[in-house]
Amino acid sequence: MAALRQIAFYGKGGIGKSTTSQNTLAALAEIGHRIMIVGCDPKADSTRLILHSKAQDTILSLAAAAGSVEDLELEEVLKVGYRDIKCVESGGPEPGVGCAGRGVITSINFLEENGAYEDLDYVSYDVLGDVVCGGFAMPIRENKAQEIYIVMSGEMMAMYAANNISKGILKYANSGGVRLGGLICNERQTDKELELAEAMAKKLGTQLIYFIPRDNIVQHAELRRMTVLEYAPDSMQAQHYRTLAHKIHDNVGKGIIPTPITMDELEDMLMEHGIMEAVDESVIGKSAAELAIA
Amino acid sequence: MSLVKTQSIAEIKARNKELIDEVLLIYPEKTAKRRAKHLNVHEAGKSDCGVKSNLKSIPGVMTIRGCAYAGSKGVVWGPVKDMIHISHGPVGCGQYSWASRRSYYIGTTGVDTFVTMQFTSDFQENDIVFGGDKKLSKVMDEIEVLFPLNRGITVQSECPIGLIGDDIEAVSKAKSKQYEGKTIVPVRCEGFRGVSQSLGHHIANDAIRDWILDKVPADVAPKFEPSPYDVAIIGDYNIGGDAWSSRILLEEMGLRVIAQWSGDGTLAEMEATPKAKLNVLHCYRSMNYISRHMEEKYGIPWVEYNFFGPSKIAESLRKIASFFDDKIKEGAERVIAQYQPLMDAVIAKYRPRLEGKTVMLFVGGLRPRHVIGAYEDLGMEVVGTGYEFGHNDDYQRTAQHDVKDGTLIYDDVTGYEFEKFVETMQPDLVGSGIKEKYVFQKMGVPFRQMHSWDYSGPYHGYDGFAIFARDMDMAINAPVWKMAKVPWKLEPAPVLMAAE
Repeated sequence: MAALRQIAFYGKGGIGKSTTSQNTLAALAEIGHRIMIVGCDPKADSTRLILHSKAQDTILSLAAAAGSVEDLELEEVLKVGYRDIKCVESGGPEPGVGCAGRGVITSINFLEENGAYEDLDYVSYDVLGDVVCGGFAMPIRENKAQEIYIVMSGEMMAMYAANNISKGILKYANSGGVRLGGLICNERQTDKELELAEAMAKKLGTQLIYFIPRDNIVQHAELRRMTVLEYAPDSMQAQHYRTLAHKIHDNVGKGIIPTPITMDELEDMLMEHGIMEAVDESVIGKSAAELAIA
Repeated sequence: MSLVKTQSIAEIKARNKELIDEVLLIYPEKTAKRRAKHLNVHEAGKSDCGVKSNLKSIPGVMTIRGCAYAGSKGVVWGPVKDMIHISHGPVGCGQYSWASRRSYYIGTTGVDTFVTMQFTSDFQENDIVFGGDKKLSKVMDEIEVLFPLNRGITVQSECPIGLIGDDIEAVSKAKSKQYEGKTIVPVRCEGFRGVSQSLGHHIANDAIRDWILDKVPADVAPKFEPSPYDVAIIGDYNIGGDAWSSRILLEEMGLRVIAQWSGDGTLAEMEATPKAKLNVLHCYRSMNYISRHMEEKYGIPWVEYNFFGPSKIAESLRKIASFFDDKIKEGAERVIAQYQPLMDAVIAKYRPRLEGKTVMLFVGGLRPRHVIGAYEDLGMEVVGTGYEFGHNDDYQRTAQHDVKDGTLIYDDVTGYEFEKFVETMQPDLVGSGIKEKYVFQKMGVPFRQMHSWDYSGPYHGYDGFAIFARDMDMAINAPVWKMAKVPWKLEPAPVLMAAE
């Protein structure tokens, strides 16, 4: 049996991390890998396409109901879905209270202590948008995910987030073994998207591992709470996810320590590709009315 | 007897400076530079002791300091006896501050008074993740059911409360409303705030201002018949009964004590204090803030006093009396005269046994200067002193009123420095806290705890001085020290001390 591979999907909120990761993991399951998904987002929507459910009961909500996390059994939190993919959701507090970051740490500790990592080929962490605090960096710390895949697009803020996440990886890369596996571009149909994504990957010292074209079939599958792999296994889009899955599988040990860039460099890059105009410093902070007078 | 009085003041100063240079050698360069600012030798005539204070301790040294929670829960709020103080957060902080600092009080514990009990919201992992506001509400509801005679509640924040951003103010307001205007005080004294317990005192003072004094309408008639002689004791925590042995002196000179802050104190007393004619302030460090506030807002003057030892007591009684009419001034003289024979007897008994003995102190924010007079009344000399969490105004007061030329001054002393100083200076007595006690006793140096009075007390007032004198004699002249043969005492080296 091959050693357990732990990977994580990070990216800006709303970029399609959960969709991409579930489809890709479904493709990995198709070729016989044993997989567990650990959702690390208080919204708890990382496993819905695999389980066909709205939202899975989370470790933390069950722990709160039972009294404490020590009162939980693994079977209560671990659900099995499409192609025997095991699913857990960390969950977290409602917005504005408590500490969601600590929740991630609590959940992962619970899973480890209760043997959830046995008999698996892949563990995949699906983590909320930005590495806002130590808790959300938990999956990239020592002995967790070895490779991080950043889901992004040609939009400026998505690239900005990718750069920030790279900073988080860099921080832990030297103390632990975490590496950047590559960028996955989830097409938004912005200008020169492929070109930009490749340039971004180059800047970060990594590769654009795959460019997933936009297809409405993903939407159709989502409405049925299914992956494309399950909903339309013969579609082109399913084939794309299979290709991505193979690339990730073959990417073992090929991760790199990223070289994040400064905000200025990022803007320069956008200008280079004609996405952004050079900024005229004299107009900064001026309202439309003020500019009209000038 | 280790004392050799052969050095001149200049020689003592030189020796003390050499000693400071010597202890600094152990540190890395940067640390030595920082610590050097906290160590000095007092020069007579200077306005302060020449040390920096109230700065961050250095990681890696053993500091004696506490935290902001300790300053609020342990010092200022904890002794308020008819309120329940919730240690909000994980169980440890409440557990290790359980039973107070020996702040004595009158009442039936668990029925109408609660000082020695421990109330905690006992945070578990879930409370961190989901926030502790609901649990705090529940704790308050349980308190209302189980302890119906409590007069109010305070929420003493432990570190995690500030980290996870719990809204304890909202919970306090909602519960106060639910319980018909009950006094519920949220205190933001998270332990990571500030450099020592000192900030906790300030935060606690501010909470009293905002949630107690400001809630009492200024135009409302007091619940008691005011008199021209109403005073409030501020900053006496009644350790071993200190406030009681102080209070009787004020009463015997004709004043009426309407409040004790906060030893054996109550919520009603705090609410009544804006009607006092004078606030008499013992612990300046922990309660100057609220005294200044009451001066500004209600026009109540405040005066610092010192009830350690007959010299300082007499000086203080006269100073307090100077705020009142001749009746009180005469009262002060009468009290001083009345206790003089008792004091003479105490000094006659103990001074011969303690004359010339040297003391090194390291205490919190008041006693490093306040107890010096009491030692001097017994013929003893304080040759080194320092504050855990004093500020520059404390060192100014120390320099101007209490220490002698050449005294070694050490601010926020580290474990290493303190040991080295004592080892070299070989005082006859060290007065500090529980963490220091056994280190020095094992070095063969007599020791008294000067935070808790070593389970004795009171030390304030005339009655307290008799106990103080007995305890110091007991520590220094215990036969046990003669039975221990310690290698460094075989050839006694000349030891330096601050000179008269």
